[in-house]
Amino acid sequence: MIDATTFWTLTVLLGIGTFLIRFSFLGLLGGRTLPDRVLLYLRYVGVAVFPALFMPLVVWPEATGGTPDPIRLIAALAAFLAGLRFGVVWAIIAGMGTLYLMQFLLS
Amino acid sequence: MTPRQAFWRGYLDCAPFTLIVVPYSMLFGVVARDAGLDILQTMSMSVLVIAGASQFTAVALLQDQAPVFIALLASLAVNLRMAMYSAALVPHVGHARLGVRALMAYLMVDQAFAVAVRTYEDRPEMSPPIKVAYYFGCMALICPFWYGCTLLGAVVGQAIPASFSLDFAVPVCFIALTAPLLRSGPHIFAALVAGTAALAFVWVPWSLGLIIAALLGILAGGQAELFLARRAERSGA
Repeated sequence: MIDATTFWTLTVLLGIGTFLIRFSFLGLLGGRTLPDRVLLYLRYVGVAVFPALFMPLVVWPEATGGTPDPIRLIAALAAFLAGLRFGVVWAIIAGMGTLYLMQFLLS
Repeated sequence: MTPRQAFWRGYLDCAPFTLIVVPYSMLFGVVARDAGLDILQTMSMSVLVIAGASQFTAVALLQDQAPVFIALLASLAVNLRMAMYSAALVPHVGHARLGVRALMAYLMVDQAFAVAVRTYEDRPEMSPPIKVAYYFGCMALICPFWYGCTLLGAVVGQAIPASFSLDFAVPVCFIALTAPLLRSGPHIFAALVAGTAALAFVWVPWSLGLIIAALLGILAGGQAELFLARRAERSGA
């Protein structure tokens, strides 16, 4: 059982903290222009953060208790290739579709 | 393009992500109720935080009876990446009024950030007010789905069987976000470095491995671009 006081303390602080993280640069810097060197690195934020988020989830999925799962690895590869070739929607369809298809065929 | 058109363009460009946001937010509703939260608590967290990964972290740690400040630190660490989004948005929408920027900050989520920044870079002719309208268009679609489907998950709860493997919707979402961003050698290099580093630093506590890996990837991408520019300059001279 989760204690109500603990829950509300955590949720309110997490809400405030998350807002401050999101507001940080946008709020403080506002319309000021950033140096070119900084802009150069900022172009790579998305392309660095997203692989760092998904790689551990693909290689050590929580659903299998952290053991690598060939089905998920192949589904992830299918999503990636479809994304490169056809874009976002097909990446999602190919990824989940491959997962379901292989789970169905192999079960 | 008028601001109104830009808003609807953003709305449509983010539409594919409802495919992901629906199962992901429902999953949060299910997991939170499973952990013993009531519907009001579950919804309050989704509305106050709107950051799926950190909400899952917080609920998991609450369930483990972790001390509040540990749960808070771990969940905030997961959201630190958004400081990088915040910085990356400054050149595009930093001109807006403070109140508007505060609202943009509250609404900042991964999918809308990725779609917006990609569009800004592909279409440098967009004026600053158009960029702001586009940003809100992206968010106007994602947010109601996030709230609504959390509620749906919290209410229907246990009816979704584990065999749907909804957990896998999370990495698939981020793969779908990454693939279209890989437009140049430095972009690919940044992604490779960040992905590999994330695996290498997964042991670092409080999800800080993610931040280390992202910083390494950003550094690698920027350095690769500088290297290619210098080489082109030398061969051109």
